Amino acid sequence: MTAPDLPPALPGLDPAWSRSVTVADSAGVKHTWHVLDNGVREPVGTLLCIHGNPTWSYLWRRLLAGAPPGWRVVAPDHLGMGWSQRLSEPRSLAQRVTDLGDLTDALGVTGPVVTVGHDWGGVISLGWALDHRAQLRGVVLGNTAVAMPPGDLGPALIRLAHAPGVRAAITVGTPVFVRAATALSWPPLPADVRNAFAAPYRTAARRRSVGNFVADIPFHRGHPSRRVQEAIAEGIRTLDVPALLLWGPRDPVFAERYLADLRKRLPQAQLHRYEGASHLLPEDAPQYAGAVVQWVTDLDTAAPPAAPAAEPTAGRRLWSALTDRADDDSPAVVEVGGSTTSWVQLARRVEDLAAGLAAAGVRPGHRVALLVEPSADLTAAVYAVWRAGGVIVVADKGLGLSGMRRALRSASVDHVIGSRAGLAAARLMLLPGSRIPVGDLPDLAERGHSAPAPAGGAPDDDCAVVFTSGATGPAKGVVYTHRQVLAQLELVRATYRLTPDDRFVAAFAPFALLGPALGIGSAVPDIDVTAPGTLTATALAEAAAAVDATVVFASPAALRRVAETGAGLSARHRAALDRVRLLMSAGAPVPSALLRAVREVLPAASAHTPYGMTEALPVTDVEAGEIEAAGEGEGVCVGRPLPGVQVRLSPLSPAGLADGPLTEEAGRTGEVCVRAAHVKDRYDALWATERASSRNPGWHRTGDVGHLDEAGRLWIEGRLPHVVSTAAGVVTPVGVEQRVEQLDGVRAAAVVGVGPVGAQVVVVVVVTAVPRSRRRGLELADTSLADAVRAAAGTEVAAVLVAARLPVDVRHQSKVDRAEVARRAGRLLAGARP
Amino acid sequence: MRVLVTGASGMLGRATADQLIARGDDVTVLQRRPAGLPCAEVLGDIADDALVRRAAGGQDAVVHLAAKVDVVGHWAEYARANVDGTRTVVAACRSAGVGRLVHVSSPSVAHAGSALVGVGAGPADPAGARGNYARSKAVAELDALAADAPSLGVLAVRPHLVWGPGDTQLVARIVERARAGRLPLIGSGAALIDTTYVDNAASALVAAVDAAAHGEALVVSNGEPRPVGEVLERLCAAAAVPGPRGAVPFRAAWLAGAAVEAGWALTRRTTTPPLTRFLAEQLATAHWFDQRRTRAALAWRPQVDLAEGFTRLSRWYAVPTPTAA
Repeated sequence: MTAPDLPPALPGLDPAWSRSVTVADSAGVKHTWHVLDNGVREPVGTLLCIHGNPTWSYLWRRLLAGAPPGWRVVAPDHLGMGWSQRLSEPRSLAQRVTDLGDLTDALGVTGPVVTVGHDWGGVISLGWALDHRAQLRGVVLGNTAVAMPPGDLGPALIRLAHAPGVRAAITVGTPVFVRAATALSWPPLPADVRNAFAAPYRTAARRRSVGNFVADIPFHRGHPSRRVQEAIAEGIRTLDVPALLLWGPRDPVFAERYLADLRKRLPQAQLHRYEGASHLLPEDAPQYAGAVVQWVTDLDTAAPPAAPAAEPTAGRRLWSALTDRADDDSPAVVEVGGSTTSWVQLARRVEDLAAGLAAAGVRPGHRVALLVEPSADLTAAVYAVWRAGGVIVVADKGLGLSGMRRALRSASVDHVIGSRAGLAAARLMLLPGSRIPVGDLPDLAERGHSAPAPAGGAPDDDCAVVFTSGATGPAKGVVYTHRQVLAQLELVRATYRLTPDDRFVAAFAPFALLGPALGIGSAVPDIDVTAPGTLTATALAEAAAAVDATVVFASPAALRRVAETGAGLSARHRAALDRVRLLMSAGAPVPSALLRAVREVLPAASAHTPYGMTEALPVTDVEAGEIEAAGEGEGVCVGRPLPGVQVRLSPLSPAGLADGPLTEEAGRTGEVCVRAAHVKDRYDALWATERASSRNPGWHRTGDVGHLDEAGRLWIEGRLPHVVSTAAGVVTPVGVEQRVEQLDGVRAAAVVGVGPVGAQVVVVVVVTAVPRSRRRGLELADTSLADAVRAAAGTEVAAVLVAARLPVDVRHQSKVDRAEVARRAGRLLAGARP
Repeated sequence: MRVLVTGASGMLGRATADQLIARGDDVTVLQRRPAGLPCAEVLGDIADDALVRRAAGGQDAVVHLAAKVDVVGHWAEYARANVDGTRTVVAACRSAGVGRLVHVSSPSVAHAGSALVGVGAGPADPAGARGNYARSKAVAELDALAADAPSLGVLAVRPHLVWGPGDTQLVARIVERARAGRLPLIGSGAALIDTTYVDNAASALVAAVDAAAHGEALVVSNGEPRPVGEVLERLCAAAAVPGPRGAVPFRAAWLAGAAVEAGWALTRRTTTPPLTRFLAEQLATAHWFDQRRTRAALAWRPQVDLAEGFTRLSRWYAVPTPTAA
């Protein structure tokens, strides 16, 4: 029976789910509950979904609509709330937990149950969970709190609402509180959804329990519900079922510290942070429902086989080279225009600093953010943290302050080592954890000199959290273990035949840190390595001369500037650069014209480009000559998979989804999947992303699209979200772009899709060498340019547009943001809005 | 196969009859004026019950194109030609035991003026359709599809912006205005639009005669949407007249169209107005269609791509025709 008052058409709510149930409480008083129930009989299990204040079961409509196969979903409105019967008296937390048990008995909820709770519904759902351990299969929580962390006074906004005079006015007397709950949502909710949330709370009489709920939050010790709340908060430490935390970090009510508190109490919990989402998580991140369904489905699926068998480390550790060369007084790290640190000094410093950090509270497993410019200090700090068993957290400035803030906060760091600027940024970003100024490192090393050296982490402990470029959405944290980084170093060493006799210049941020681990002396040029465009040929030569370099690591953006400034080199500089035998350029494909220009500056260097990503680097490697030998093809040739690295493709469906079974058949285009010992351990605090990226057990889905050729070479054709799904089949952008870019007068091209998935049309946006007009936005190409582009494209092209420039990602300044191009093109090609 | 084609004096009707004749069908055409086609012919009004019944007798299929196509005129005229005409044809098909009716409709029956980006054929909506033509065709399509039955398979086919050599509607008007230097772009000229080369529209109708599908509406186009500015440019180039000049903001064009419509209504003029709101919308907003269902249902693909269509059009303009001379 549908609740009599329930409005007939609320967006996303099927009235068939609605039912009324009358249940006698422990005192024998009968109450009528309103419950949403998908009514599955003899279910595999039941999701018991508990809303908070001042929402109602409408919050869970997406879980009801997309329930896991065979699962029953039950979502009641608390008594006095939603469309359930109004109460004459306030109800305490203890009563509400008991009420919920009475209700589930009345509903015949037997068999396995996963509780799902949001806001104050979190505590009540956990209370039910502790009372029903025998049937409890798991707990899911979104933006909630079970306890006030020590020293905390409770959420400020709720405390405000709790003040007696204020409470009556805003929660009951006016709809302010009811309305505010949905006004906090981010992105903003549609008006009809906000109205649906407010519908049961139209009058003061209907809002009485909203106020009583706020009054029942036990902020002070003497509060009647305090004991029960504390019992639940302590009790969940003993829960041995799987747990999933889904969190909106923009929540102004339950801030990070409540998440940290929950993670301490439920250390087994998986976590997914939905960046950008606020308090009303099920609304702000509708994809939460899919994550819950996947997680619940996985509960009863046998654990998949793990990644490749652990690579033996032969007793090597990340700092082993320091130990090996502890007597070597040749330079280990040279700062051009700064200090030189020998192997002897570095080894000593890392040992002392590690002990000092341990004494300062850095424990094994602690996460340490490093906000230090590339320097000998940074290098020493990295190895000292590892030596102390800590986990380095490194976000580069290329993400921008807000991007860095999101990234570093998501990593829940325990300590921050920072330069003056770095610590100021940490304060601005409101990072948690203790602060260790770089200036204090000598003192720490001094303290550590007499302390015992820490044991260091085990090979399978985490060692680093690094971040993706954030070119498509917020940067993702990527976690590596010691074993995985060791495997990466071995692969780099083998691929480039590095020996202790090599020395390198690292003008590419991550590699600047790896010299000591590779056992190779390194120099950091006198530039900002996070701004690669600032590297001149002279700066590169100075760095090469400083270590007598044989190898250079740089990004394409840096190389472009080097090639442009090559004319100003002195004979001494040229001599230093002549000795470089190997150039490794990572980050983005290097156009062959650029490689030829660089050869003028580095005449003896063989130019290599590895292909890989933050999650797995390198995957393949290709030498400039091999690229030319490969000739033209569909996409960019990135060479053959390196020894020990397996590459497969997951073929694309007509809708552009990579859902085909993995194959290595030549010519099949699909998502590139990688399996190797140095692939990331997992994404950090992104359970659903990790689940999706590793849905072929042991394989990492890269998000890149490409194919293998007959010779076993991998060709990259673009990013998966940029695949155009036309009625005639999928079109990948890179090959078309390359052909169009060969036209005279075309400097750059972006290929995007416009229209609905499966029926999209291809649009080519070009940047012409000579600007066509002074217009800043997109405009239609003239027919002669359109004809030329169509003739070159090799695929049906609906429209050719001209732009003054293409939007690119912040970090590499070289990856075209095709999603943004597609948005702009789609707007223009839709025409006027009548 | 015996096929009756109504409205064969227009460009599309003639092309359809030609293709049916060419493949060996026994074709009869029905319209008011002689079409000059090498086949049997019945002359008269499409709403003349007895005449249509007689023409439908013994036919295996009917392709119904006869319609009043214009932007001015009273509802009563449209209702008679398009609504009553279609009802007459449906009734005749039923009484004569015709097995297949291909009802030629228009995408405008489901178009309320907003941009259409890769959409399928929505249901005809007389209440939302703009203008007497679209509204009457919407009613007619609903009537025709309602007659779909095991004994009479009905398909509604909606060709979108049909053009080709000999076109007195779309192409001729554009060319005439361009020649006079009065063809501006409306808005940016970038709105993507679908068009249909006449031979493709005709082959789609022929395919609809044979198709197994029935009881649904299908939009037909070349499946090669282009920016409207580019379409105009290429039509003008084919006719060797200057392309569009200047641009009128969409709002201004829409208001001008509204003013023109009001003026025409007030003065009861029956000539074609230079601009209407519907035309302004057609020239400034995207309207292109997902052709997957159409192609699957008709087992058909366009044989003449746009480039070839423009070539044929320019060849036609290059040869002096009796009317142009």
